[in-house]
Amino acid sequence: MSVTEPGTLSPVLTELWGVDRSWTLDVYREHGGYRAWEKAQGMDPADIVSLVKDSGIRGRGGAGFPTGLKWSFLPKPDGGPTYLVVNADESEPGTCKDIPLMMANPHVLIEGMAITAYAIRCNHAFIYLRGEVVHVYRRLLAAVREAREAGLLGTGLGPDGDYDLDITVHAGAGAYICGEETALLDSLEGRRGQPRLKPPFPAVAGLYARPTVVNNVESVASVPGIIGRGVDWFKAMGTEKSTGHGIFSVSGHVANPGQFEAPLGITMRTLIDLAGGMRDGRRLKFWTPGGSSTPIFTEEHLDVPLDFDSVAAAGSMLGTRALQVFDETTSVVRVVRGWTDFYQHESCGKCTPCREGTFWMRQVMHRLEAGKGLPGDVDLLLDVAGNILGRSFCALGDAAATPIQSAIKYFRDEFEAGYTTPASELFPYAASARFSEVGIR
Amino acid sequence: MSETWSDEDYARIRRDAEAIVARYPDFPRSALGPMLHLVQSEDGFVSPRGIALCSEVLDLSRAEVSAVATFYSQYRRHPNGQYNVGVCVNPLCGVMGGELIWEALSGHLGVGHDETTEDGLITLEALECNAACDHAPVVMVNWEFFDHQTPASALAIVEDLRAGVDIHPTRGADKVHTFKEVSRVLAGFEDGHADEGPSAGEPSLLGKRIAEENGWRAPRADEPTDSGATPAAGTERVGEEHSSAAHKPATEGDVSPEKVEKPGVDEPDADEPAKEEK
Repeated sequence: MSVTEPGTLSPVLTELWGVDRSWTLDVYREHGGYRAWEKAQGMDPADIVSLVKDSGIRGRGGAGFPTGLKWSFLPKPDGGPTYLVVNADESEPGTCKDIPLMMANPHVLIEGMAITAYAIRCNHAFIYLRGEVVHVYRRLLAAVREAREAGLLGTGLGPDGDYDLDITVHAGAGAYICGEETALLDSLEGRRGQPRLKPPFPAVAGLYARPTVVNNVESVASVPGIIGRGVDWFKAMGTEKSTGHGIFSVSGHVANPGQFEAPLGITMRTLIDLAGGMRDGRRLKFWTPGGSSTPIFTEEHLDVPLDFDSVAAAGSMLGTRALQVFDETTSVVRVVRGWTDFYQHESCGKCTPCREGTFWMRQVMHRLEAGKGLPGDVDLLLDVAGNILGRSFCALGDAAATPIQSAIKYFRDEFEAGYTTPASELFPYAASARFSEVGIR
Repeated sequence: MSETWSDEDYARIRRDAEAIVARYPDFPRSALGPMLHLVQSEDGFVSPRGIALCSEVLDLSRAEVSAVATFYSQYRRHPNGQYNVGVCVNPLCGVMGGELIWEALSGHLGVGHDETTEDGLITLEALECNAACDHAPVVMVNWEFFDHQTPASALAIVEDLRAGVDIHPTRGADKVHTFKEVSRVLAGFEDGHADEGPSAGEPSLLGKRIAEENGWRAPRADEPTDSGATPAAGTERVGEEHSSAAHKPATEGDVSPEKVEKPGVDEPDADEPAKEEK
């Protein structure tokens, strides 16, 4: 089989975006939708798992764990249920790929779920969607209904007509922590969304204490392509250890923010260029490779290939490819204060280091932003952050520590300036705004 | 507000609650979250009588229901305004102008975070990231997207609401429906507006457009299995013979998940600094 080389950008999941009524079953099918599901129903489930393993796809929700391997951790069938839960709780600051994907093309997710559920012998799959996006919920509910009415879901599926699959779309109610897979499962069980101690991992004891696969929206939506077009096609994109396509979300102080679906390994320099360069010809100050939970990068990292291993080697994480760009007008103290507010607000309170640590870091960040920092505050921040990192059940605590640690690493002087000078004096806030309506207050 | 619903209302709401429970045949308690949205669709907040209903339907104590209701930011502990106006102040939107929009709206309406105007029309909320950063700064009204806002455009939204004029999200239904109506959708009941609004916002389409202009595409492959056409349903059987499904358990590793892990391979996420979606 021969496969052509991908372009600098490689629209796959985004290909249908913008097409008239792209969210409907008819339009999805006109563009080849559900053929991979038809094909999968003629395959042995174990072979589907093998293909997804061979594709090398790594989880698109941030952690980058190999998707097929995650599936293969499920114990052998014991007669009880196995569950598939799609993590659609997209809330990591800067991350904005799954929401437009589900709004424009909910059926590619549902097709991926059908194939995945069939592969892992799951008869009831769930989408856990964050509750703050009502129109996306409408489109998902409608798409599941359409698929059921068309016989693509329901009863009598599979080569022998003995496979049943139902999908329930569940709306959350506003809690960032529910993006953490075990907190999500607790939330889906009708409890407070607090992370569980692992092990056991969800593959062994997940939803309702049964074997469960939890996958990100983009991971599952990539499955129809792998099954329909093949492993070689998928691996023709990306790098050796970060295969395939991914949506890169560029936001902030570029001329034209937007979504760019590209082979993994594209650089930030290329992406900023595609986004029209920095706005008004200003200079880049810092950026996040994968949302606010990933250590920040600066100009020196513009040529790091955006794949899992290269970004890790450069000291950060690829995360969700949420590329938030801040230019030279921006106060890094202000931004880190905002992120610290966020983590304090969203800490679920289960683990003491995270609950208490974010509370104290927030107060220190606020006084630094106001120019009322106390001598030693920067070291105090590092001390508190260091005592949160690695000391909580889930990664929220780590996520709260990393922006502070990485920002101090690159911009310590600016934090120390907060002992005497308000951030808004050093970096007038109006200059960072997208609009120029100053004084409207 | 009365301490109980009328018998007729109670019967109707209870039917809806049981329809929610039916979505979770393996574990009725999963219905609690959507059921709390249902309560809000009736009362505009998680009312004491709503908590009582949930506890009755799910056989939970009222304390157990309240413990869940107070954990999540979308569940209100006092009556919400008819329109919930949320301004994203998370740093990306905040720096791009969200903080200025917040100050303009808060000053104009004379209310702060999670406070409601005296006429009960508008509740103001400082939002965290709502997954629309490429459209920053973002305002959400009843969980519908208003993209690329400015202080002036946000003030115009609330003035339209005060004048009783319909407001129109950038990406969403044709108009913004009330807090109670939207809460009913969040409880999982379709409202017939899914086909309204665009497929995507302009920034979401930027990469696709640039790719088209440059002729950049994903790879094109000969079909991996045959000469081009994707096989029709059921015409192709793969892995029937000699497949792993036909493999009978022969060792402990075949039946125990602990034993099938490859040495040196961690469980999902065990060694990962980031987590799913975080």
